[in-house]
Amino acid sequence: MTAIEEKQRHTKRPPDPGRPADVITGGQTFGTVTDQIASTVLSRKTPNFWWLAFLTGMALVGCFLIAAWFLFYVGVGMFGIEIPNAWGFAITNFVWWIGIGHAGTLISAILLLLNQSWRNSINRFAEAMTIFAVACAGMFPILHLGRPWVFYWLIPYPNTMTIQPQFRSPLVWDIFAVSTYATVSIIFWYLGMIPDIATLRDQSKSRFAYAFYGVLALGWRGASRHWRFHETASLLLAGLATPLVLSVHTVVSFDFTISILPGWHSTIFPPYFVAGAIFSGFAMVLVLAIPLRAVYGLHNLITERHLNNCAKLMLGTGLVLAYTYAIEPFTAWYSGNPFEMFMIHNRATGPYAWSYWGVVAANVGVPQLLWFRRFRVNPKPLFAISIVILIGMWLERYMIIISSLHRDFLPSSWANFVATLTDNATLYGSIGVFMVLFLLFVRFLPMISMYEVRELLPFSRPDGGSVK
Amino acid sequence: MNGALYGLIARFEDPSQLVDAARELRAQHYTRFEGYTPYPVEELDHLVRGHNFLPAIVLAGGVLGAITAWSMETYIAIVDNPLNVGGRPLYSWPSFVVILFELTVLFASLSAFFGMLALAGFPRPHHPLFGVPGFSSVTRDGFFLCVEARDPVFHPEHTAALLRQFDPLEVREVEND
Repeated sequence: MTAIEEKQRHTKRPPDPGRPADVITGGQTFGTVTDQIASTVLSRKTPNFWWLAFLTGMALVGCFLIAAWFLFYVGVGMFGIEIPNAWGFAITNFVWWIGIGHAGTLISAILLLLNQSWRNSINRFAEAMTIFAVACAGMFPILHLGRPWVFYWLIPYPNTMTIQPQFRSPLVWDIFAVSTYATVSIIFWYLGMIPDIATLRDQSKSRFAYAFYGVLALGWRGASRHWRFHETASLLLAGLATPLVLSVHTVVSFDFTISILPGWHSTIFPPYFVAGAIFSGFAMVLVLAIPLRAVYGLHNLITERHLNNCAKLMLGTGLVLAYTYAIEPFTAWYSGNPFEMFMIHNRATGPYAWSYWGVVAANVGVPQLLWFRRFRVNPKPLFAISIVILIGMWLERYMIIISSLHRDFLPSSWANFVATLTDNATLYGSIGVFMVLFLLFVRFLPMISMYEVRELLPFSRPDGGSVK
Repeated sequence: MNGALYGLIARFEDPSQLVDAARELRAQHYTRFEGYTPYPVEELDHLVRGHNFLPAIVLAGGVLGAITAWSMETYIAIVDNPLNVGGRPLYSWPSFVVILFELTVLFASLSAFFGMLALAGFPRPHHPLFGVPGFSSVTRDGFFLCVEARDPVFHPEHTAALLRQFDPLEVREVEND
């Protein structure tokens, strides 16, 4: 250990009784946190767990590709969709995945604007989660198209067909919202990563790694001028991403609310969808963080405080969701509309009652355990609760879609939805796509923001303190 | 400029010495100096010369995005492809708002990203500082201060003496290559 590191290790933080518990524990220095995070990419042997998860993911990707091939070859009839159930698994998966992405932007943008510096050690992989979740989401509308090879007709461009997208349609809004969200998320993620990629460049041992990270680092030298523009750009992007993330699921919910179907045509949908999105997103953050922390020994960077805070946010958004579940029957009853009242009654007692009660149990019942601190800071039960919530949120979207569709206004067109093998293969396959992308990210890019963690160390400010 | 002096670089143990040295340089009317740190040091930002045009660029990008979206939607809905949907007006602006918002955010974000690259001078494949032994620790735990030779107040010996007052680990000459 160098003299500098020795000095940093013994630097005492000025006493401050109002200060919350440490975000980063264990007497770290700038050097040790850097080495710990960079070594995962540069020097440490890839853990067996990584290979196991990667191969599992690849097997699921194989299922996905076979299903997609059949789907493109035969047509959307491979899905279980049949009028009146025109939307099946594909749209359920789309809404589910895009919702999962929302927590990443919430952590990286909204918590940045709110000066919540504890987010610094989890924002990077949460942003990566956002991008891969949006990538998975983006595949489903295309798989669901009758003629996927002309998907670009959804985008306005000068053409000789004398037709253009219909700007009064929420489906066109959706294209703009999701593609903007994907682009802004990628920009934000890469921008934040540039200083850390420069660290990998400077720490790399092989010529190939030096060239690879050197090109991606764009010539970063840590100059105060670089930091000035970097900080300004990050803050402005956070300011832009904050309304954007709220708009994305709002627009997704417009796909439902602008229609006239009972159970969809409701003004509560935008906040309902956004709360559900953040709820499921935090569940996914925990599902990723808990194994990562165990496998890579990141207990000093992803501490109990992070688990606790994520669990609290999950509980809070879960309660918003519980409120919307309660208000839906009320508005149906208060409207006096027989179709609305039938829909609510059928949802709770009809052929898909299992999905409704499953949603209530998983999204309202189970999260109540999070009132107890022991469930919030204990990784194993928290992981189990998060998995239950993810399943619950998938079921919620399934319930919203199918319970409104399968009982049409005319009883002669009633029909139940039955999922096919292709439906299941694309759902589980997309989980594989997500796993593979995320594992590649963990292996080749810094999964924790090194420069933001350095800022959290107690001697990072010239006056001897740390940020906030 | 081959072999000519680019400047002097000093490495410090911690950010407080770096900020003190930068403050002194500023007091002595140096203008061409720059701190290099492993994370943003706010105090340093106030001492290093330069304006920040990025917010203006982002604002311009956002306004351009809004104008693009509104004119595209209006042109397509009224001139290029008018559709009569149950007698609703062609210029149904409330339904144009969503795309207007999305493109405003998209254009502003792209301006923030590319504006940041342009203002910081990226991509920059090579720089004289990359040749300085030990400079690679700037992305780990090194705090550096570099005074460029083109600064009008720069003097190889006086500047080095000034930097040495702040107890640096070392002071080196940087060559242009």
